[in-house]
Amino acid sequence: MKKFGFLIAVCMMLAALCLSAFAADRVINVYNWGEYISDGSEDSLDVNRAFEEYYKETFGETVRVVYTTYASNEDMYAKLKSGATGYDVIIPSDYMIARLIDEDMLEPLNFDNIPNYEYITEDYRGLYYDIENRYSIPYCYGMVGVLYNSTVVAEEDVKDRSWDLMWNAKYAGKILQFNNSRDGFGTALYRAGADVNSTDPAVWEKALADLKAQKPLLQGYVMDEIFNKMESGEAAVSAYYAGDFLTMYDNNEDLGFYYPVNADGQIVTNLFVDAFCIPKGAKNKDLAECYINFMLSEEPAIANAEFVCYACPNALVLESEDYREDMGEYAMEVLYPEDFSFSENYNAMSYHNLNPETLKLVNDLWEDLKISGDESGAGGANYLSTALVAALVIVAALAAWLIISKIQKSKREKMY
Amino acid sequence: MRALSKIYTILIYVILYAPIAVMILFSFNSINSTGIFAGFSLHWYQELMKDAATLTALKNTLILAVLSSLISCVIATAAAVGLSKMQNRMLRSAVETLTDIPMMNPDIVTGISMMLLFVFVGMRLGLSSSLSFVTVLIAHITFNLPYVYLSVMPKIRQMDTHLTEAAMDLGCTPFQAFLKVELPAIFPGVLSGLIMAFTLSLDDFVISYFTTGSGFETLPIRIYSMTKKRVTPDMYALSTLIFLAVLILLILSNVAQRDGKKKKK
Repeated sequence: MKKFGFLIAVCMMLAALCLSAFAADRVINVYNWGEYISDGSEDSLDVNRAFEEYYKETFGETVRVVYTTYASNEDMYAKLKSGATGYDVIIPSDYMIARLIDEDMLEPLNFDNIPNYEYITEDYRGLYYDIENRYSIPYCYGMVGVLYNSTVVAEEDVKDRSWDLMWNAKYAGKILQFNNSRDGFGTALYRAGADVNSTDPAVWEKALADLKAQKPLLQGYVMDEIFNKMESGEAAVSAYYAGDFLTMYDNNEDLGFYYPVNADGQIVTNLFVDAFCIPKGAKNKDLAECYINFMLSEEPAIANAEFVCYACPNALVLESEDYREDMGEYAMEVLYPEDFSFSENYNAMSYHNLNPETLKLVNDLWEDLKISGDESGAGGANYLSTALVAALVIVAALAAWLIISKIQKSKREKMY
Repeated sequence: MRALSKIYTILIYVILYAPIAVMILFSFNSINSTGIFAGFSLHWYQELMKDAATLTALKNTLILAVLSSLISCVIATAAAVGLSKMQNRMLRSAVETLTDIPMMNPDIVTGISMMLLFVFVGMRLGLSSSLSFVTVLIAHITFNLPYVYLSVMPKIRQMDTHLTEAAMDLGCTPFQAFLKVELPAIFPGVLSGLIMAFTLSLDDFVISYFTTGSGFETLPIRIYSMTKKRVTPDMYALSTLIFLAVLILLILSNVAQRDGKKKKK
C-alpha cells in the first residue's frame, strides 16, 4: 500500500509542476524554425525572456512566451491545417506565405500596434508574396551561393564565379548537391538562365537532363551533412546559404564563397525571405503584434540577426556599429553583397508557390533523377542490385545452415 | 572457430556502440563542428545548462513519460487481471488479439488516426485548439498499453490461482487478495512493463509529432526541428547525459536483482 501512496504523491507533484508552469496572466504561442531565434546560448540575449520582462514593465501583466519549433514550411503548414490553431506568431518563408494568404489562413496585421515597422526599409516592402504589405513583416532573408575549398579548387575555376563549378568534372566525387527538389532544380535552372517558377514542362525536363549529367560527378545529395563534409574537407564544392557558409568558415578558413553570376556578370541565385505572420484564429492577436513590434526594436533585432546569421532587413540593425563590429568585415561583405539591389532581383529570383501540376511534375522528375543512377553507373552506387545480392547471400546462408542442421539431426537420430 | 565467434561478438558490440562513442566524443568538442575535433572542453555542457528551451523540452518529455507509463501500467494491469479471469475462451483470445493490434500498427498510422480523432472530437466539443498536452498524453497511454499488458500477462499465467483462493479462504476480500497475494506475485512483470512503457514514451517521435498541439514540445520534436540550421553539439551533451543516466540505472537494477537473488538463497 505504501508503494501506491508513493506513486500517487509522485503524480501529484508532477501535476503541480505542470500547472505551475502555466501561472502567467497571458500566454503567447510562438511557432518558429528550430535554432532560429536568439535563445541565450553562447552568451546571446534570450529575446523571449527579454520580451516577458519588457511586457511586465510596460503593461504590468505577466506574459509567458511558449516557443515551439518546426523543421520545414511544410511541417508547419500541416500542423496549422490539422486544426492545431493555438499559435499566435509564425515565421514561414515567402512561398509558404503566398500559399497561406491564398488559402485565407493569415490574419491581416494591425500596423498601428507595430510602429517599428518603419525600420523595415522600402527595399523589403511590397514583395511578391504580400504585395500590399498586409500580412507579413520580414524577419530575415538570405541568398544561396557556391562554397568551395580553396586548397582543392584551383583559382582559375572560381575566377568567373559561375554555377559551372558544380558541374566541373575536375572535382568529380567532391561535389555536393542539395537533397530537395526545389533547391536541386534551382541550381540547374539558375545555371541555364531559366525561370525557376516556370510552368513549362520542357524547362524542367531540360534541367533534369543537366542534373542527370551532373549526377556521376557528385559525392551525394545532402542537406545538413554539408556542414561536416565541407568543414572536414571531405567535399570541396557545394551550394548553400550565405549565413551557413559563415558558420562553416568559422571552423575552416580554407573555405571560399561567391554568389554565382551569369555571362553578363549579374548575380543569379536564389533569394528567400522569412517573415512574421499571425495565423487565422490566433487568440492573442494584440499580444502577437506587440511581440513582433518588440522583435523589430534595436536590441532584440540585433541579437537575432547575429544569432541566425542571415541578412537582416531592419535599418536599426544595418546602421548599428555594434552589429557590424560583431559580425566582422568579411561576414558583412558576404551577407550584403555590394552593387546588388535586393528589391530589383527578389521577385524574379525567389521561389514562388508552384501550381499543383507543376509541383507534381517537379517531384516526379526529382524521383526520376534520384533513381536514375543505374544507367549512368559511373559514380552512383547501384543500391538495388547490392541489396539484391546481399539478400541472396543471406538466403543462401540460411538455406545452407538449414540443410546442414537437417543432416546433423538425421545423423544423430541414426545413432540411437 | 572460437576465435571467429569472439571476433564476431566484438564486431557486433563495435557496431552497436560506435555511434554512441562518436557522439560522446564530439560532445566534448570545443567547436561546433562534427567533422573536426578541435580540442577537449566542457563548453557544450555549459551551453546545455543555459538552453532554457531544451531543458523545458526535456522536462516535458520526462513528465509525459512518467505520467503515461504510470497510467498505462495501472490500466493494463487491471485489464490483464480482469481478462485472466474471463471464462469464455473465444472471447478472451479475441480481446487479446485486439489489444495486440495497436502494437503491430506502424506509428505513423497510429499518430495520424489519433490526430484525426482528437481534431474531430475537439471540433464537436467546440474547443478552439483541439491538440494539447492532454492529447499527447492520451496517445502515449494508448500505445503503451499493449506493451505493459504483454509483460504482465505471462506472470499472471505463471501464478498459482489457488493462492488467491487460499487468501480469500483465510478472510481476505477479493481486493485485499489482489493487493497482498496477486500483485506481489506479478510485480516483476508490472515493473518491467512500466520500464518498457517509460522508454517507449521517452523516445517516441512520430506519434507525439502528430498529436501535440501548440505550446507542448517534447525533446525528440525539438531536435528534429533543428535541421534548418544544424543540430548543435549541446544536443550531443544532453544525449550523453541521458545515455549515462540509463547506464547507471541499468547497472543499479542489475546489482539490486543479484543481491535479491543472493538473499533468497
